[in-house]
Amino acid sequence: MTVNRRTLLGAAAAAPVWGALPYRSARAQAANTIRIGVLNDQSDLYRDISGPGSTHAVRLAVQESGITQTGVNVEVIQADHQNKADVGSTVARQWMDRDGVDLIVDVPTSSVALAVSGLVRERNKVFINSGAATSDLTGAACSPNTIHWTYDTYMLAKGTGGAMVAAGGNTWFFITADYAFGHALERDTSAFVTAAGGRVLGSVRTPFPGTTDFSSFLQQAQRSRARVIGLANAGGDTINSIKQAGEFRITRGGTKLAGLLVFVTDVHSLGLETAQGLVLTETFYWDLNDRTRALTQRLGAMPGNLRPSMVQAGCYSGVLHYLKAVRDMGVAAAKASGAEAVTRMKAMPTNDDAFGEGQIRPDGRKIHPAYLFEVKTPAESRGPWDYYKLVSTIPAEEAFRPIAQGGCALVRS
Amino acid sequence: MGLEDLLFELQMAMPQVILGVINGAFYALLSLGLAVIFGMLNVINFAHGAQFMMGAFVAWMLLAYVGIGYWPALLLAPLIVGAVGVAMERLMISRLYKLDHLYGLLLTFGCALVIEGLFRNTFGSSGQRYAPPREFQALNLELGDFFLPGYRVWVLIAASTICLATWLVIERTKVGSYLRAATERPQLVQAFGINVPLMMTLTYGAGVALAAFAGVLAAPIYSVHPAMGANFIITVFAVVVIGGMGSIMGSIVTGFLLGFLQGLTEVVYPPFSQTVVFVIMAVVLLTRPAGLFGRA
Repeated sequence: MTVNRRTLLGAAAAAPVWGALPYRSARAQAANTIRIGVLNDQSDLYRDISGPGSTHAVRLAVQESGITQTGVNVEVIQADHQNKADVGSTVARQWMDRDGVDLIVDVPTSSVALAVSGLVRERNKVFINSGAATSDLTGAACSPNTIHWTYDTYMLAKGTGGAMVAAGGNTWFFITADYAFGHALERDTSAFVTAAGGRVLGSVRTPFPGTTDFSSFLQQAQRSRARVIGLANAGGDTINSIKQAGEFRITRGGTKLAGLLVFVTDVHSLGLETAQGLVLTETFYWDLNDRTRALTQRLGAMPGNLRPSMVQAGCYSGVLHYLKAVRDMGVAAAKASGAEAVTRMKAMPTNDDAFGEGQIRPDGRKIHPAYLFEVKTPAESRGPWDYYKLVSTIPAEEAFRPIAQGGCALVRS
Repeated sequence: MGLEDLLFELQMAMPQVILGVINGAFYALLSLGLAVIFGMLNVINFAHGAQFMMGAFVAWMLLAYVGIGYWPALLLAPLIVGAVGVAMERLMISRLYKLDHLYGLLLTFGCALVIEGLFRNTFGSSGQRYAPPREFQALNLELGDFFLPGYRVWVLIAASTICLATWLVIERTKVGSYLRAATERPQLVQAFGINVPLMMTLTYGAGVALAAFAGVLAAPIYSVHPAMGANFIITVFAVVVIGGMGSIMGSIVTGFLLGFLQGLTEVVYPPFSQTVVFVIMAVVLLTRPAGLFGRA
């Protein structure tokens, strides 16, 4: 937000002088400059999982790509989309039409991501989405200019839903945020639960936004005698649900809570006392292996003293790979056609410290393994941010929706 | 459906209704503060949600930075946030008394945005945790399937007591009568030698302290985060409108009543549970524009 506001103020102040000198000299430089715009939530509920931390991660990727040593300039700017599709669209349009942005990264909140994906396609730039969940980005709404990098609703549903049934949680009750995202997550998870031989006993739709007390819904879930309560919500809703489930001892009879979209920062906010035993799926955890630990160390102090989330790791990994493609094909070619740049990225295997080896499918889905984690008990945790124990690894080929099932038009050819 | 079935359904819904009434306690406490401020100062205090949030945050800060626990915080946090309110009133709000309500509303709304922004920048968006004190576990109620945490019982007791005490002070004491007189005829009351501006300042501080008190009560239940007040305040404004702007008893009764109705809706048709408050508001505005307890 700060940079955006500063840019705006600067632009307003400089407006009368434009058309004269500064603009021209900027133009002359622009041909050899890659501009990356980090567009995400800087002020509301997704700030901690994306926000300034994503920009921080992108800057590290630029530095480590080594592209600047080859004489190419890379500029990173950021803006707040306030989780509103209209605000996000306006910023994206300005960036691409006026400021010469070549790549837009992050963009949590599915509605904003879908809008930005359309705009990027029209202008033939590149969109690497890390923050949004909807699997439509590589399904019905797939685009030759968009890569969905980190996770999606299908992966979350399969990871957590499938695993919990396999572990004996064969009856489910959903607490669902009453809007598109919640409905999609409930639908996808239900499909996995029933496919694995489980049953869905019922669900309750909670008003969104504005619900703060989930105790009544939790008790309805408990009364259904389901073995698993699936939380098809996100952010503050999930935190309050889990917190109040602890307060009302919902899990005392052996009922398990399944957080369908829980980030490590949510667990940090809840504390292990409350979050222990929670099962969740992520594609990145800072303490997963030597490579993720090394990356976390290189990232250093993240804004807000947090550890990197999978969304921020995805921003790092996506930009690193993009800059590899730019080096490979040349700045001029990469700037000329976003679709060409994406094609080049798809042709190259990915390999970085965040997700290890992977690849990008023709439909724009970046694939890598997903991990089912269980939140540790306070006794098991050995230090700050030691929150997860690995339950199982879902191989890259199985973690995401099979390419033929997505209905992406790019795949049929 | 036979009578027995109906009784059974009612019995099953009881716990939810009790929870609703407890949530109603928060509505009552918050709308009471708004009613006190509006009734005495004619200011629509849009910063009330932010002040509620500050109450929760101050309690959390007292524990995290200074090691001061829940009980002292219950007194200290309202005092600290109330003092901030007094400063706000002196520096800004007092300059707007002679103008239209709208100016006070815009000013306090702006203040709320600034305060929430500052907290978000400093503490992030995921929220801080504040564990309920252990001693409330003795109050835990367990009836078959139904489990009521002791802390919620305490919330009900504390909020009802404070609501009743505030009502008594304003309606039944000498200070309260000065206050009420000062709203009607400030010049005349001033002429009797009572410092009306000081009384207004302290009233605003007291209203803000009520919000902060609710914030401390809420801290162990909800995640302590910058937007926690914004989530509440919309409903609370509807409560104030239904009860009648500025009516002390109206806001208390309506707060509990709407909590009860919301609890019932959460059982019957959950997706409607936020909307029900606004439907009632619309009906009340159409039939009794001054509110259930207001004087036109």
